[in-house]
Amino acid sequence: MSNHSGLKLYRAPTDYLYMVLVFSLSILFSMAILVPLIFVVAASFSSPDALMAGQVLLWPVEFNLRGYTMVLEHKMLITGFTNTLIYAGAGTVINVVLTILAAYPLSRRDLKIRNPVMFLFAFTMLFSGGMIPLYLLVRDLKLINTRWAMLLPNAMAVWNVIITRTYFQSSLPDEMLESANIDGCDDFRFLWKIALPLSVPIIAVNVLLYAVGHWNSYFNALIYLNDNALYPLQLVLRDILIQDDTAGISMDVTKQLEQQRLRYLLQYSTIVVATVPVAILYPFVQKYFVSGIMVGAIKG
Amino acid sequence: MNQSLPKRRSSRDTYWYDLKTHWQLYLMLLLPVAYIIIFAYVPMGGASIAFKDFQIRKGIWDSPWVGIKHFRSFLTTPNFELLLRNTLILSGYTLLATFPMPIVLALAINEVKSARYRKSVQMITYLPYFISTVVLVGMMMNFFSLRAGFVNTVIERLGGVPINFMGEPKLFRHMFVWSAVWQSTGYGAVIYIAALGGVDQSNVEAALIDGAGRFRRVWYIDLPTIMPTIVIQLILAMGGIMSIGFEKVYLMQNPINLDVSEIISPFVYKRGLTQFQYSYAAAVGLLNSVVNLVLIVLANQFASRMGNTSLF
Repeated sequence: MSNHSGLKLYRAPTDYLYMVLVFSLSILFSMAILVPLIFVVAASFSSPDALMAGQVLLWPVEFNLRGYTMVLEHKMLITGFTNTLIYAGAGTVINVVLTILAAYPLSRRDLKIRNPVMFLFAFTMLFSGGMIPLYLLVRDLKLINTRWAMLLPNAMAVWNVIITRTYFQSSLPDEMLESANIDGCDDFRFLWKIALPLSVPIIAVNVLLYAVGHWNSYFNALIYLNDNALYPLQLVLRDILIQDDTAGISMDVTKQLEQQRLRYLLQYSTIVVATVPVAILYPFVQKYFVSGIMVGAIKG
Repeated sequence: MNQSLPKRRSSRDTYWYDLKTHWQLYLMLLLPVAYIIIFAYVPMGGASIAFKDFQIRKGIWDSPWVGIKHFRSFLTTPNFELLLRNTLILSGYTLLATFPMPIVLALAINEVKSARYRKSVQMITYLPYFISTVVLVGMMMNFFSLRAGFVNTVIERLGGVPINFMGEPKLFRHMFVWSAVWQSTGYGAVIYIAALGGVDQSNVEAALIDGAGRFRRVWYIDLPTIMPTIVIQLILAMGGIMSIGFEKVYLMQNPINLDVSEIISPFVYKRGLTQFQYSYAAAVGLLNSVVNLVLIVLANQFASRMGNTSLF
């Protein structure tokens, strides 16, 4: 890609134009992403008055932590945070276990039932019964308004099974299985002792994709839950950010004007608090990410 | 003896033999298959309520059949044309804008020599992927707000007139689509950057000797290398046209922009789960799924005829 340095025989006149384009495009695009994010962070550390006056651009004005103390005092936010931790934690474990249990057998070319099962899985990516029948099923299973409704209906994603299967296929040579079999290793042991330790990148990719998915989705909660105490973070956020409901702030008196003034600030600090936990996941997983995705999705 | 040999071979070819030799693999598949059957195939059967009048007490299976009544009533309402048009425009526009961007970004980053620069651009552009839809829409509402929003603050400081970005129905589609570009380009580029790792260096060297500039190398070497990936991504995107995200549209909807923002999935949700017209909503959803299936099959057919790449 970048290391053809030994061979600089020729430089087309258009090369300079190309590089100018490349740098200006990538810098512009990076700025377009960073500016709003920096603004949000700066705003979250500013004073409510500076915010209302439109003084904040890219640096906190009248630095203070009022926004974050409001987050800590907001009971619904704390409840949402706790619930999301439960859903994302338990959900990701269920997701990853099911994905591996599905992907490993499907990666075995000597398994006769492999193709029918693969078809059974893949067809669900093309066609679905739709939102209403799924809702009625969840209701018939008596899962409405339970934590299980956040875990079971999306316990496994077929797309992840496919990239994981592809990863197993290309990183576990048949000879490895054969010699393990000769040594008396059965399929359970092979998966646990040999396949999984060799597949850390794809497991990391799965954890990241599933965890971010749980953390960020609100749709299932919207349709399956109507008990506030079970709401995940994103539904609480929706009330704070979009429906502008600040009733949950526990303040001494209900001063309407004061609430108005603090609303923006609360919104910015909430955004920071809700996003940082997933964003810090990324650097840990990044080194696996490209290799995992590459082997999983491209060689397939 | 003569006959037992072919017989044994065929007995090894049965699922029963497969089960006996690979029972552990079957056991592993048990839970995932049960999950798929319960949460994907049972609802497909449950979609039959689209042809019934769903009654809560009787449940899905015992409610009376009514044929295509709900389909007919949906197809003959003025709603139908509006919903279909909005859905197609919004998702077509989204596809046109969001599909090429990651490819451009990947091709551009790939040409930069400095690994640190490439990594930084990748990290930065990837960042918005971690922002939830709720937060994204919330940020847009603040950022573009008429009062004290960042963009209007800047516009006012430059002496312009503030624009009501989020309230103006004419701007709804642009706001929807370009925020999607903002959010998904970096994530989408990852797969192409990975695919560009497969560029054959001997081709690059040969091109250099032949005096090909960067434009030509990108056009004749990089692009063909990632073409199969592009085609697969495009087929998958085509399949998503009718199922364009519920989450973001629903959050961005307000009574003023409903004429352009009402699309099929929020409509199904509102009719079915807030107005309890289960059968009617299920019929709309089923129609949507069928169109979806047709689109993805057509896209796949087209791709396999044009080139050699296809999904299935």
